Amino acid sequence: MSNEKFEPVIIGFTCNWCSYRAADMAGTARMKYAPNVRLIRLMCSGRLDPTFVMKAFANGADGVLITGCHPGDCHYVEQNYKALRRFLLLRRVLTQMGIEAGRLKLFWASAAEGAIFAAEINKFVEEVRALGPLTWPTEFQPIASIPIMQEVTA
Amino acid sequence: MTERIGVYVCHCGTNIAGVVDVADVSKWAGKHLAGQGVVVSRDYKFMCSSLGQELIQKDIKELGLTRVVVAACSPHLHEKTFRNACAGAGLNPYLCELVSIREQDSWVHTDKVAATDKAKAIIAGGVARVVHNAELEPLRVPIHPDTLIVGGGIAGIQAALEIADAGFHVYLVEREPSIGGHMAQFDKTFPTLDCSACILTPKMVDVGNHPNITLLTWSEVEKVDGYVGSFTATIRKKARYVNTDSCTGCGICWEKCPWKVVDNVFEAGLGKRKAIYTPFPQAVPKYPVIDFDNCAYFKNGKCKACQIYCPTEPNSIDFNQKDEILEIQVGNIILATGYQLFDATRIPQYGYKRLANVFTSLEFERLCNASGPTEGKIVLRDKKTTPKTVVIVHCVGSRDENYNKYCSSICCMQSLKFAHLVMERTGAEVYNCYIDIRTPSKDYEEFYKRVLEEGGHFIRGKVAEITDVARVPSEEGKLVVQVEDTLIGKQRRIPADMVILSAGLEPHDDAKEVGKLFGIACGASGWYTERHPKLDPVATMTDGIYIAGCVQGPKDIPASVAQGAAASARVMGKIQQKEVALEPVRASINENQCSGCRICNNLCPFNAISFHEDKMVSEVNPALCQGCGTCVAGCPAGAISGTGFSNEQILSQIEGLLLINMPQSVVA
Repeated sequence: MSNEKFEPVIIGFTCNWCSYRAADMAGTARMKYAPNVRLIRLMCSGRLDPTFVMKAFANGADGVLITGCHPGDCHYVEQNYKALRRFLLLRRVLTQMGIEAGRLKLFWASAAEGAIFAAEINKFVEEVRALGPLTWPTEFQPIASIPIMQEVTA
Repeated sequence: MTERIGVYVCHCGTNIAGVVDVADVSKWAGKHLAGQGVVVSRDYKFMCSSLGQELIQKDIKELGLTRVVVAACSPHLHEKTFRNACAGAGLNPYLCELVSIREQDSWVHTDKVAATDKAKAIIAGGVARVVHNAELEPLRVPIHPDTLIVGGGIAGIQAALEIADAGFHVYLVEREPSIGGHMAQFDKTFPTLDCSACILTPKMVDVGNHPNITLLTWSEVEKVDGYVGSFTATIRKKARYVNTDSCTGCGICWEKCPWKVVDNVFEAGLGKRKAIYTPFPQAVPKYPVIDFDNCAYFKNGKCKACQIYCPTEPNSIDFNQKDEILEIQVGNIILATGYQLFDATRIPQYGYKRLANVFTSLEFERLCNASGPTEGKIVLRDKKTTPKTVVIVHCVGSRDENYNKYCSSICCMQSLKFAHLVMERTGAEVYNCYIDIRTPSKDYEEFYKRVLEEGGHFIRGKVAEITDVARVPSEEGKLVVQVEDTLIGKQRRIPADMVILSAGLEPHDDAKEVGKLFGIACGASGWYTERHPKLDPVATMTDGIYIAGCVQGPKDIPASVAQGAAASARVMGKIQQKEVALEPVRASINENQCSGCRICNNLCPFNAISFHEDKMVSEVNPALCQGCGTCVAGCPAGAISGTGFSNEQILSQIEGLLLINMPQSVVA
């Protein structure tokens, strides 16, 4: 399968107050964007448990998107900063697991920024498309050659 | 127990059905999600209609549904509708999940196959999630009966009087020394040509005297905490340097004050006021303010004329007065902070501030106001010459790609009013250069006819330039307005003595910051966003915060008054309910799982989590918790759960969303 035909599946996390409303706004304004992203509404980007991202990748997502209110605009004062921290940490963890850091993206969109929301999604879909499918080994091969440590007792 | 789930796919007319194959989606859900508990799947033209709701209710009763998934519009629009429908059939409303296949699918995608597949995925996500939805009861919190109104223009005044007359207490905060807003600056109001002051000042006096209104002028809101029903607002009452307990507003201080200052606010720079002043004679409250930057005493420690001549006992002038910080409790807030005039110097080719006799609309209002700097005489900037030709330029800074794209809505009628006043008072020739004349309200078109019959000239074309460079002798010493008359297809140069720029309305420079303070959003043009553009024009997305007047968008006086009254009705409705139901989205800690690490304590910005020293566990105070869920995600022991957005709900939703893959393009 060639990469330019590849249609990635992306899970997007939005916060209830800014980015989900940006998505709504993109909708009411009939702005068109790529259909590859499936959104989940959280109350706040701070609710994003890193497990959610791992779960999405494990279940076949090719990319994961985290969105929230702009720094300083968080409905819950400062929780989007906590999302930012988790995002930065997650990228490192993903890299260590052999998943390209570029498969996880974070951007901020206010309730008025439907156009930015749509444009960023299009951009991310292209980025993930360029990375290709996230292929997990279909069957994990047990590695026989690793010697099993023997417990040594005196 | 296995759940019995009903899936309902809405066509929304053709809004969804035009792009998504709803029948296919509904059939697919019934077949492929049966293993997850879907027992019935239907599609219907308008799910939100009473017939659509009855369809769901009938199924709940007859098929014994325990969960409902509606695939329609955004939950921000109709979540309540469908929850109420479920509640009506005896199902706990929180067991209903609304997933959006309109705003997030049919409206934003054109590829029908991909959109249909996405709708299936979204529904699969909703079905997987709804299984884990729990029965919840909304939290009920009492509503504080007091209301804060910010902005003392006509919209704020109207709202304050309506609420106060109904017997509830109002705090009216205004940042200028007097209430009245822009309307106090006007001379006449269109289309009836009532004197603005004659209809406004009695209302201002009512506000000043009303036992239920606490008027806080020369004050600004600095901080707002809390939520609908119990907001705490911190208000800075700026130092007036006048003791309002003893001041009688006699006016001797500003008569005696020797320092004249150009009044850029109320007189729009055309007139002067003293360093101690009230903006205008009918100001409410009547107490003056000392202008700190221009008072000689504050500059060099000398003068004190106001204090020396103050006749009250004790003396009302207090140079040592400090800003006061007030903290008030209110249940609801109305924002009516109005607009600012478009800065006409931003269009250099119109020559405002460079060419003396180019005036803005607000300057002209002051010129023709009987209590204004020229006592109502329409004269040039030299304050003596009466103009013989006046050109009124419409749409200055409005309907212009370079400045504001929107129509400022009031300028046409305002310009027609100016045309009438100029012709009536000076007999001058008046030219209106317009893009379109817009007179859509009651009696407005008749007023336009009247000005036409009175002999006003109308040129359809956007003014290109206003200059004082003459090309022919008849233009010498005049302003020349260059405009294309698009109806005859010719360029025209109109020599004029005076040009009035009908400047548009803009949101205040600090509208965004103020919005942030109150937790409400601005739209693309900077006006505050209403909850619904047609059906809920005075509420905002933040419960308990309402908007009225020009903060919501440009509008004239009748519309501002109507919105002020509408917002007050909404507030009074809330107060009468005595309590409000809040979404039960809250975090709670399982004591048995909590290790007492206290990580969550610092994650909470509302200080809702406290630590029990004796039990060595943390605890969430549900009244303070706002439900963001950051602690839920942060707890290393997984001891915290968040209602409405539990880990099980979200993890299952992820699984559901990924149940089907993207349709891959066929490799050629």
